Amino acid sequence: MKIIADTGKCVGAGQCVLTDPDLFDQSEDDGTVIVLNAEPKGAEAEENARTAVHICPGQALSLA
Amino acid sequence: MTDVEETTATLPLERKCPFSPPPEYEKLRAESPISRVGLPSGQTAWALTRLEDIREMLSSPHFSSDRQNPSFPMMVARQIRREDKPFRPSLIAMDPPEHSRARRDVVGEFTVKRMKALQPRIQQIVDEHIDALLAGPRPADLVQALSLPVPSLVICELLGVPYADHDFFQACSSKMLSREVTAEERMTAFERLEHYLDELVTKKEADATEDDLLGRQILKQREAGEEDHDELVGLAFLLLIAGHETTANMISLGTVTLLENPDQLAKIKADPDKTLPAIEELLRIFTIAEIATSRVATADVEIGGTLIRAGEGVVGLSNAGNHDPDGFENPDTFDIERGARHHVAFGFGVHQCLGQNLARMELQIVFDTLFKRIPGIRIAVPVDELPFKHDSSIYGLHALPVTW
Ligand code: SF4
Repeated sequence: MKIIADTGKCVGAGQCVLTDPDLFDQSEDDGTVIVLNAEPKGAEAEENARTAVHICPGQALSLA
Repeated sequence: MTDVEETTATLPLERKCPFSPPPEYEKLRAESPISRVGLPSGQTAWALTRLEDIREMLSSPHFSSDRQNPSFPMMVARQIRREDKPFRPSLIAMDPPEHSRARRDVVGEFTVKRMKALQPRIQQIVDEHIDALLAGPRPADLVQALSLPVPSLVICELLGVPYADHDFFQACSSKMLSREVTAEERMTAFERLEHYLDELVTKKEADATEDDLLGRQILKQREAGEEDHDELVGLAFLLLIAGHETTANMISLGTVTLLENPDQLAKIKADPDKTLPAIEELLRIFTIAEIATSRVATADVEIGGTLIRAGEGVVGLSNAGNHDPDGFENPDTFDIERGARHHVAFGFGVHQCLGQNLARMELQIVFDTLFKRIPGIRIAVPVDELPFKHDSSIYGLHALPVTW
């Protein structure tokens, strides 16, 4: 699994960070997403990545 | 593709039970989930009641938030237009790309990390207000003692607005959100607050510091060589109003709901990790800013099998979406462990609430502290006698008498 983030679509709501702060962070500057770990390993981290994709309001996240 | 033309209902529909959406939503969703409705403004619009349709509409680039568009669906009589000074829309009324730039300028102020840094100060504010509540007479009105002052103080400090003027903003804010006042009264409240903030921003421009959001925005604009006074006034206006009413109402409504559901309250008390999921569930159950998700179509678009034409208004009934059984099993049951984070109480898409993480932080600190420090707290009147805000665009409670 690989997390792909489109910062152009990100609205900086931080829903991803709330879902899993080990996978995501936000830039100090404009709040856009920073992927800390693009290749989550393990059931829990993968599940969190899926949740983040589902609730991201900007539809800025996808999985490959 | 279906083509429903007849008007089936007139919005806003009233909540019959204070804890549930209007009962008509279920029927609408079952019979005609995308239907034509009448609005108090005399307009006709599409009402969406399914969670997925609302999410799809809000994330489509073909729906505009431009409230100056005469087809934008309005729940109250239209504001009188001002000829003297052109209206400058704030974030909620802008569309991309203008919106994207304006939001990006300020969103860094509201990141999860920034909000966490405010935690000790919010805790201090909450503790002081609970001290005062405990020292005062019983019963007490929780709205005046805690629900309103906590978010007010926090947003005033964050923005750099003198809290001493809070009675004035609160009065303006509740006038602007009331459905019972005339368009003139609403406009007067709007202009008084705008005038106040205009002067405040002027004062700050003369002496901008890094200490507050407005000061930081002024310095940032100056550095970029693009000072824009009116935009800052609009931003201050939006954040001040949004910071006053919404969280306050969720504190009151959440307190009532948790007290009415002692089994769920016990879970939070036993495990503070359950407070955040409980807050998501409370946000879902109440969806206090239900019609913030209204838009106007800018192209012909098909949503959920219905063709919505350019120029037609759409009301995403987020409270209906948040009670859609396809999104939430047994949607009318209050269950803090259901995993409700995909609700649309904060909206969805590019306009999703900027202050949502501040709201979460405030609610979390308030609930954890309130029930720990006043374990015997109870509502001082029967629940059906509580004054719920059926008369406001933002749902909530006018007062909440409590004792302990
Ligand atoms: S949830 Fe989506 S929109 Fe929000 S910060 Fe993360 S990537 Fe950006």
